Amino acid sequence: MIAFLVRRLVQAAVVMLVISVLSFSIQNHLGDPLRELVGQSVSEEIRDALRTEMGLNDPFLVQYWRFLGNAVKGDLGTSYFFKRPALEVIMDKLPATIDLVMGATFWILVFSIPVGAFAAINPKHWFSRLSMGFSIVGISIPVFLTAIFLIYVFAVELGWLPSYGRGDTVTLFGVWTTSLLTGDGLRHLLLPSISLASVILPLFVRMIRSEMMEVLETEYVKFAWAKGLPRQRVWMVHAFKNTLLPVVTVGGVQIGIMVAYTILTETVFQWPGMGFMFLEAINRVDTPLIVAYLIVVGLIFVITNTVVDIVYGLVNPMVKLVGKHDEQ
Amino acid sequence: MALLSIRNLEVVFPLRTGTIPAIQDVSYDLEEGERIGIVGESGAGKSVSAFAILNLVSQPGYLSSGSIVFEGQEISNADDETMRRIRGNKISMIFQDPMMTLNPVLTISTQMEETLLAHTRMTREAARSIAIEKLRAVQIPSPEKRLEQYPHELSGGMRQRIVIAISLLTDPRIIIADEPTTALDVTIQAEILELLLALCNDYRMGLILITHDLGVVSQISQRILVMYAGRIIEQGNTREVIASPAHPYTRGLVGALPEMTRPGRRLNQIPGTMPSLQSIPTGCPFHDRCSHVTDLCRSHRPDLVSGSRRAVACHHPLTG
Ligand SMILES: Nc1ncnc2c1ncn2[C@@H]1O[C@H](COP(=O)(O)OP(=O)(O)OP(=O)(O)O)[C@@H](O)[C@H]1O
Ligand SMILES: [Mg+2]
Repeated sequence: MIAFLVRRLVQAAVVMLVISVLSFSIQNHLGDPLRELVGQSVSEEIRDALRTEMGLNDPFLVQYWRFLGNAVKGDLGTSYFFKRPALEVIMDKLPATIDLVMGATFWILVFSIPVGAFAAINPKHWFSRLSMGFSIVGISIPVFLTAIFLIYVFAVELGWLPSYGRGDTVTLFGVWTTSLLTGDGLRHLLLPSISLASVILPLFVRMIRSEMMEVLETEYVKFAWAKGLPRQRVWMVHAFKNTLLPVVTVGGVQIGIMVAYTILTETVFQWPGMGFMFLEAINRVDTPLIVAYLIVVGLIFVITNTVVDIVYGLVNPMVKLVGKHDEQ
Repeated sequence: MALLSIRNLEVVFPLRTGTIPAIQDVSYDLEEGERIGIVGESGAGKSVSAFAILNLVSQPGYLSSGSIVFEGQEISNADDETMRRIRGNKISMIFQDPMMTLNPVLTISTQMEETLLAHTRMTREAARSIAIEKLRAVQIPSPEKRLEQYPHELSGGMRQRIVIAISLLTDPRIIIADEPTTALDVTIQAEILELLLALCNDYRMGLILITHDLGVVSQISQRILVMYAGRIIEQGNTREVIASPAHPYTRGLVGALPEMTRPGRRLNQIPGTMPSLQSIPTGCPFHDRCSHVTDLCRSHRPDLVSGSRRAVACHHPLTG
């Protein structure tokens, strides 16, 4: 277990290092931050002096090394626009995004597992064909179209649900705000989380279906039938447990990717999360905030992947996570 | 009345390219405690005929006609629950590849106990102690320890013993073993066969042993069925059939046994290959490989003509 964790942590550190180099080098290609900071009226000499003072004239490696040193201490620079530490700005926005991702993950788990498993067990059933058809359509409709459609129907025409904002929130432990715990917050979350889920859900349904169909053809499932087990046990214990292995791996990565899709969803729904913030930061060429966002998203990716690996190890007895089967 | 009585069994696979008759007109009886062997080359329909008994033919295959009477009850059209209660309970199966038969994510204890719990009302503890008893019966050392292990922690021979132990859990009347030793190496093959034979004798179980190895059949089973292109072409007492095969195909099989060949000479092989089931020739399905072929063989398919215990589907059966 310890060895596994150490190995995982080293891998994670390497990945983070690569992400930091990439996002930091973007910095130099985003235009002149001075224009945003001081405006047009300042003379070229003063600009240059400011640049030197900010270290923008140093060689790339020197700048990067300084950036890395600060980053390790939790300092990802100061947002030009907010005039506050970039990390602090992001941490303000992060809870809203996490709410959104959790809401979408909820829909994905609740729908993809039963629908995918059903379609695998009864491939010819009308419901299976229908959901397969829907999933093709679902994959190909962009998030913002789904979002606009949902807003039109449920907010504009029917007036049942709010179309923007986060609604009431509660603050947990003094730092973390969430709309998952208030009725109003949940109502606000409904449409954005469904839109966000709409891209990944069809993918999950298809993946669970095809993995499970493959497992249903294996010898050990045939043997389970031949043992006279009740069908629920064959399907849910023998087949589904083995379906989970590949699904956990791919699925975990997909949920990480979902963080990227939040940019669109949050923008359409004016959801005050970090995706919305990121788009604004790009408009304002707020370089430190952009870089900090990329690094935080990278970190979320690395964390989800590590968690996925650990879960995989727990489900799959062939991965020796917890040296409990060591003596043979 | 035989324990298991199969009549005119036919299984077809409706495929896009046409309907394949995988087995046709298969009939035989299995008496209480009797051991029969089914031989034939790959694709002859051995597995299909065995899986059909438990209504477990893989999709899209299905039993298109015939009757299966087990313990006096017609089961060829029985409902799912009736079949479930027979599978793994009164008739168990052993599969070919022990590396693939056990579920990789479940412990041996789970895979054994669930079988008992599916058929008998009992506590987990009771199921566990039966599991341990059967693991002992198949000569697995320290069974308590094996129960906690996963399949990948065990060798192939060990896994096949566990599969056999699973098949014994409910004291079945019949065990169907589909090439139970093909995937194992030779020394372990012999051990497993010996074990199966001893268990059948001890528990008075019937055995349907499927193999393409005539040598295995001659060691284990009292009666033999020879299948070719989906049909039984010869059946009878194992010793008699091997001593004097009546069908030219069976004679070919017997001639190909290693002990029938002088050392250093090439093994005798039957020339040609079995026809594909989609294009079985008219007349005798074996005619284009047969050295005794006549016009009659090319135009009329011989029926399985049964003497008292011996039956052969050939216009010109060999004698002596
Ligand atoms: N899943 C399937 N789909 C289509 N046809 C099948 C399927 N399974 C079996 N068949 C057909 O049934 C025939 C008999 O197959 P079966 O598995 O019984 O052969 P076998 O005698 O057991 O051969 P082997 O020694 O290779 O196991 C095959 O030749 C094939 O044409
Ligand atoms: Mg077979």
